[in-house]
Order: sequence, then structure tokens, then C-alpha cells
Amino acid sequence: MSAAEWQIVRFTVGMAVLSTALILPPGVALAWCLARLRWRGKTLVETFVAFPLVLPPVLTGLVLLELCGRRGPVGHFLYSEFHIDIVFTRRAVALALAVMSFPLLVWTARSAIEEVNPALEQIARTLGAGEWRVFFTITLPLAKRGILAGTVLAFARAMGEFGATIMVAGNIPGVTTTLSTGIYQYVQAGEDNHAWTLAGVSLALAFAAVWMNVRLMRRCKR
Amino acid sequence: MSLILRNVALPLAPFTLEVNAEIHGRVTVIFGPSGSGKTSLLEVVAGLRSAKSGLIQLDDVVLTDVAHGVFVPIRQRGIGYVPQDLALFPHFSVRENLLYGRKSGGEKERVVPFDRIVEVLEIQPLLQRGVTQLSGGEKQRVALARALLAAPRLLLLDEPLASLDLKLKMRILPYLARVRDEFGVPMLYVTHDRFETLALADRMVVLVNGKIEQTGAVQDVFSRPASLAVADMLAVETILEGRIVKMDGDLVNVVAGPTALVSAAQNLPANTREVYVCIRAEDVVVLKGGDVPSSARNRLPAVVKSVTREGALMRVELDCGFALVAQLTKQACEELALQPGTQVVALVKAPHIHLILR
Repeated sequence: MSAAEWQIVRFTVGMAVLSTALILPPGVALAWCLARLRWRGKTLVETFVAFPLVLPPVLTGLVLLELCGRRGPVGHFLYSEFHIDIVFTRRAVALALAVMSFPLLVWTARSAIEEVNPALEQIARTLGAGEWRVFFTITLPLAKRGILAGTVLAFARAMGEFGATIMVAGNIPGVTTTLSTGIYQYVQAGEDNHAWTLAGVSLALAFAAVWMNVRLMRRCKR
Repeated sequence: MSLILRNVALPLAPFTLEVNAEIHGRVTVIFGPSGSGKTSLLEVVAGLRSAKSGLIQLDDVVLTDVAHGVFVPIRQRGIGYVPQDLALFPHFSVRENLLYGRKSGGEKERVVPFDRIVEVLEIQPLLQRGVTQLSGGEKQRVALARALLAAPRLLLLDEPLASLDLKLKMRILPYLARVRDEFGVPMLYVTHDRFETLALADRMVVLVNGKIEQTGAVQDVFSRPASLAVADMLAVETILEGRIVKMDGDLVNVVAGPTALVSAAQNLPANTREVYVCIRAEDVVVLKGGDVPSSARNRLPAVVKSVTREGALMRVELDCGFALVAQLTKQACEELALQPGTQVVALVKAPHIHLILR
């Protein structure tokens, strides 16, 4: 592999790890709220969380672009207050990957938490445990595998993200180019051999991630 | 311990649980058929379910007062709960399960010594094991110990022996009795088993379709069921329709079918006529032949219909104008050479003939 290809692989893996790590705490928290609490507006939140799964990724990217551009509400605030740019930077890559993989994490983690027998949590309370202790000693350990499976799935989704990334982060070689946008770019430039190298790496990583996910889910069921 | 339940109501699928009771005593059994709301009652007391209305007070602490918006969170109630499925934490070892409630502390004066509980319930050899490797009886003891170690002011047990076979039941019962005698934690014990009730409880509450039918000392409820439903549930062996023919001071003369019976006074209303006559099998004495004088007011010539084994005892069905069931030891049956067709005399003392208003 060439130096440029290596850079793309390292960058994409790094961004996928970062985005997955960023969505893990809020994703699990939201999954818990959806699994264990009844609240007004729950259905609306569920719908919004699932949205990126069904919307064309390019459309999600467009919304992010509008929100985070210097003239968008979020982008304007960040630029005027902190001089932080998002659009067409690495931050935009992380953002796009995070938004696109969030629903997979939340949905998997939610069903993992729902699988935990609520009677165990109730008994923990009768034994004097507060809500945090119940969550960290009962719910989380028992839902661990399912949440891990969801994390792996989210990571795999992030690795392959294309549409939203190219809208909000563009395809700037050495800055925002990921595996998917890299493949696209090489094919456009007629350098199919480079494209195939990246495709091979993508395939291997995706295979490993899904394989792990399947293993984890199977052990959950037992 | 005193547990006050005032106008506690909780709508359940086929009926509404409505309970008014003051519960005192070491072990109180909540007795009732399945689906009578026993488990729901425990859950309301523990705070796992919220009552729709009413007040629950344990000693001097109001736990729930719907009218005034009081609801003490589960973890602050100091009430231990062992559900029917035990709910042991599957990802913890036995020791970790036991220590779960203990770690969160508890008032100093109520702390129960770990070693003593482990010893009494004979859990020592199990401590390092995972809970999924335990047998049914072992799980039962671990769940009991876990609840006790949280030093509860009241322990709720939901049919702790229901899932065990008879042999195992007999092995676990002594543990429960030891816990009762040694640690003095008051217990509310849900069951529909007469034997467990008699073996463990001082008092009982009979729950039918969400309503309390009777409350009282176990012996009183068993010998004087307040209604036909309670008598049925306690499986009083002989229940007949009878008519009072004479009330004479302390004695009441009843006719059941062709047979005249004498019963001790029951505080029945003065002009009562139609009653149910209840006779428990263990209160029937069987004699063979002879005119042996006896203090029993009811001497009923009878013919043996059948003799069947019932656990350690024998169940003898007699025909004395009505079907009467007697419970005898195996030796007694052999000595009297009882078999279908044998002519005998059944003796029942007047206080053992219990009458319920029809």
C-alpha cells in the first residue's frame, strides 16, 4: 500500500473509533430511557433517532451541512464564540459518522437492556441500591454483550459511511478523505488499482466487525 | 412489628385488590388460591407497585399515603422481598449475591452477622459458586440469606416452597423455622399450602379475589373458617348442608341429611336455620364395635367406604348418612383392620363441629 492509502486507512479507523466512543455514553443513556422509562414524546424521539437509518445519507449530510455551516445556527454559534469550524474539517467527518451510526447503537443497546429482567433491578432496590448502583451493577453488566454488539455494529457502519460524509466534510485528500470517499475518488481518477486496495481493506474490516457482532449476539441469546 | 394497611386498593385484571388490615406477629401467612392477589399485595407493601389509594404504615413509618402523596422509595423501605422466582443475580457468585444488600449499609442496630446467617442456612460450601450452578433448594436458601443480610424490618416471602417437590419442601421448612426463631425478622409469607401455614405461621390473612375473607390466629381460622369460601380453601374435608333444629344454651342441634349432630355454640344469630357443617378429618375418631362410653357428643354408626394413603397418614372415607372423611395413622388403620365394608363408629366432639351461616 502506498503512503496515501495507509493514511486513508489509519484516518478512517481513527475517525470510526472516535465517533463510536463519542456516541457510546449518550447512546446507552438514551437506550436506557427508551427501554425503562415511559415519558411524553418518547415516540417522537424514537422516530428521530431512527431517521438516519431510512433517510438518504446525502440528505442527512445536507441537514448537517446547513446546521453546522458558518451561517447555520450551530456552526455560527461555534465559530463566533470559539472560532471553531466544523464543515469540511475532520470534525465534520467524526460528526457525520457519529450521526449515521447512532441509531444502530441505540436500537441494539435498547433491546439488550429490555432483555434484562426488571425483577432483578427491583430486587436490587429492595436491597437498598440506588438508581446508579442498579444501573452499573445489574443492568449494564447483564446488557453488556448486547451493548458491545451494538457498538461493533455502529463502528462498522461508521467505517463504510459515504453520503453524509461527502456532503458535510467533502473529500479533501489528506484531510477528510475516508475509505469510502477515497474509493470514489480513485475510481473517478481512473486509478482502479488503488480503489481495489482500499476496497479490500474495507471488506476485511467490515467482515471482522460483522463477524464479531454475530458472535456476540449469539452468546447474548444463551 | 405492626403493618397497617388502610383502604389499600389496586385494580388488577379481574378484580380490585382491596385490603384493610393490621398485621402483627412474627410470621403471618397470606393464604389464598392462585390469582387472589397475594403477590400483588406483597408488591404494594414493598413499593414495587403503587397502590391507587390507601395508606401503608410499617411500625411508625408511613410508607405509602396516596391521599397525601407520600411514597417512600423501594430502597428506603427496609423491606426484604424474596419473589417466587427468587431473582438471584445471575452474573454474581453466591457470595456477591449475599453481600449486595449488605454493602449499602443499613442501620447499625439492625445489622445481621454474615457468618451466622451463612451458618444457619448452611451456605458456607456454596459461597464461591455461581448461582446458575445451584439446585432449587440451594437457590432458595441463598435468596433468603441475601434478603436477611440487608437487615430488613420486614421480610416478604412469595410462595418460597411452591416450586419445590415435597421432599425438598420438608428439607427447606426447618431453615425457615430457624430464621424465624433465630433472627426474629417479622415475615409476611404468601402460600396456599396448609402444611406450611401450620408449620410456620402464628397468624393468617385469608385473601379471596382481592378481598380479605378472614384474619386471625392460624388455629382459629383453621378450626373456625368464617365462610364457605375459606372452609373450601383450607380444604376442610367434610362440608355439609345442615339445618339447625334447636339451639339450647351452649349446644346447637343440627340435622345433616338423615343424621342428627350436636355442635358447641358458635355465636350464630338467634334465629339461624340454614348452615354449613364443617368437620376436619383429623377431628374424627374411629372406634370399632362395642358400647364404649365416650365424652364425644356425636356418635355416628358408619361403614368404611375406602381407605387410601395420604402422605404419612391414611384417609378413611366413611358413610354415616353423609360422607365423612377421617384421617388416621397407618397403625390405627391396621389395628382396627379397616377395609371397605367394615362397620365402625365415628366420634366427633361438639366443639369440632363448626357451623357457618348459609
